[in-house]
Amino acid sequence: MTARSATADLREARLRPGWITIAAKEFTDHLLSARLYVLLIVLGIAALIPLYFAADQIRSVAASASITPAIFLFLFRLAPEGVPILRVDFWISIAAPLLGVAFAFDAINGERHEGTLPRLLSQPIHRDDVINGKFVAGLAIISTVLVGVVLLIAAFGLFRLGIAPAASEIARVVLWLLVTILYVAFWLAFGLLLSVVIRRAATSALVAFGTWLFVAVPFFGPFLIGFVASVIAPDDPNARHFIGQFLPSTLYGDITNVILNPTVQTTSRTITQSQYLQAQNFFPDSSLSVIQSLVLIWPAVVTLFALTIGCFALAYVRFMRQEVRA
Amino acid sequence: MTASATPPAERRLPRKGRSRQRDRAPIEDMTAPIITRRLSKRYGDLVAVEALDLEVHAGEIFGLLGQNGAGKTTTILMLLGLTEPTSGGARVVGLDPRRYPLEVKRHVGYLPDNVGFYDGMTGRENLRYTARLNGLYGREADTKIGEVLDQVGMTDRADTRVDTYSRGMLQRLGIADALVKGPSVLILDEPTTAIDPIGVVEILDMLRGLVREHGLAVLLSSHLLVQVQSVCDRVGIFAAGRLIGVGTVPELAERFGDGAATIEVGFEGLDRAGLATTAAALESVKGVIEVHAPAKAHDPFVVLAKPANEATAVREAILALASSKGLRLSSIREAQASLDEIYRQAVSTRLQTGVESAA
Repeated sequence: MTARSATADLREARLRPGWITIAAKEFTDHLLSARLYVLLIVLGIAALIPLYFAADQIRSVAASASITPAIFLFLFRLAPEGVPILRVDFWISIAAPLLGVAFAFDAINGERHEGTLPRLLSQPIHRDDVINGKFVAGLAIISTVLVGVVLLIAAFGLFRLGIAPAASEIARVVLWLLVTILYVAFWLAFGLLLSVVIRRAATSALVAFGTWLFVAVPFFGPFLIGFVASVIAPDDPNARHFIGQFLPSTLYGDITNVILNPTVQTTSRTITQSQYLQAQNFFPDSSLSVIQSLVLIWPAVVTLFALTIGCFALAYVRFMRQEVRA
Repeated sequence: MTASATPPAERRLPRKGRSRQRDRAPIEDMTAPIITRRLSKRYGDLVAVEALDLEVHAGEIFGLLGQNGAGKTTTILMLLGLTEPTSGGARVVGLDPRRYPLEVKRHVGYLPDNVGFYDGMTGRENLRYTARLNGLYGREADTKIGEVLDQVGMTDRADTRVDTYSRGMLQRLGIADALVKGPSVLILDEPTTAIDPIGVVEILDMLRGLVREHGLAVLLSSHLLVQVQSVCDRVGIFAAGRLIGVGTVPELAERFGDGAATIEVGFEGLDRAGLATTAAALESVKGVIEVHAPAKAHDPFVVLAKPANEATAVREAILALASSKGLRLSSIREAQASLDEIYRQAVSTRLQTGVESAA
């Protein structure tokens, strides 16, 4: 310990945890990167839906259905006539995974490729600071823009359409935001895992995109579930449901549907537009309280949380055991 | 070296390993900033580093020399706590890098092989990030960064983006990066690779200056032996994971050379006939085994003398010969043995002994 100087001791005392410094640097990088434009455009479209595409629809529903509960939530789940994809919740359920992987697919292999990883790891930080910092930075930037977009939509509903939210509706939107951030966190963790396991950033981007296509996009999703079900248990009709239950996209779809619509009283394994409408028709005026809805979706939230932790833990362990050199 | 020479070493406890070492190694300095004792690393069956014993002292530049794949980088990573040794241990600034990697990394500046920086940022911004990771912020960091940029001669280009830098500039920035934390130990992995000859001289001069001013302990690895031999106080020759020789360049020359010293002798005003008679005269000097006459009259004769420790006597005899024969001597000097030559000799000697002990 002879080599330790007084200035070094002083510096140690002021040393911030490494992950904070790394997260701050990554956050700044994200702000200057092309990814930010993708993020702003994709989530910007979500904001435009009630502002521009669905405004008339919402206005007419709001005018005719003054007794309909939770009009405020229509801002997030009403699509313009004939374009069912343009619903805020639906759009975000597709965009969130893409944004999650986009901000993480090259986190570790990018550093490797640039030759900065050995230099970074030779600084006085723990190795997990790198992966933690990058995860936090990605989550922070997506969450920030997401919250901004939701606030924008809420403000538009309030001031242009004159829809004032009730306390329970605010609670539902906040809950939905939290679950959406959890969903983004899952895909960030998945992207991190790819960036640790796959050595080339281009390859991990492709894998990430492919996974997104078959897991998160409703058009392709059922193909995958059906395929896996027919391989694992060809004769069991419940196999599809069982597998679907563990897909983060199905879980998130379930949760969103229940949270943003008080009248939805059941969760289904594979959510479709028509099922959702049916549910509305069957229970036109009986609606659940926030707590009741929360109870309904709690298992799904826990499963989604567990999947996120599992994915992150896998990335973490793999990274900790990896050799510094390629 | 074959397995028969060292098999129980890996299983031996580190303390035992050390006491055994004490019997063998004449120099034992537990205060040295870098110490390794029977440090070994294997990947499955592949032996990357085998029973490495090494000391690097404050104020010296130690060159770890060997071909690519000889285990230099693995050794360095173990010293930084970035790779776990399979057996044996190390002390860096008095600490075990396995147990206190953060403490060690706080005091050790490291320039990795093929150093990289964040392309989108300027050199200065890259250094600022390193400074923050080391607990240096604000004006204090800026002062330090300005200082190290000046030391490596990168002040002019510090505010342009890193992706415009040449390989040599990246290397300089890498050294600045290693210095930002104010280290007491500097570990440089291949600092002169991919740099033009003038750049190499500049970088090595800079290193010399740093060691002189700050008393750093420097460990540098290189496969370009000739380039670094001038700057290293001591060198260790590394082949196939083993250190096969440690010492100053002349010491190693004595140990691994073929036993001959090379003396260059220049004469003035010799014609073609003069060259031949002078060559014959030089050959008659006691201890001279070979004389190469130059093609051009102005160039020096190359005289090989054996044994090498008699070289001074041979030089005196040549001086006496010159004055007795009326030759005008213009220069006489003993040529430094080339590290390349030593390296080749050392590796082949090692291979031969390996073959013998196997048989």
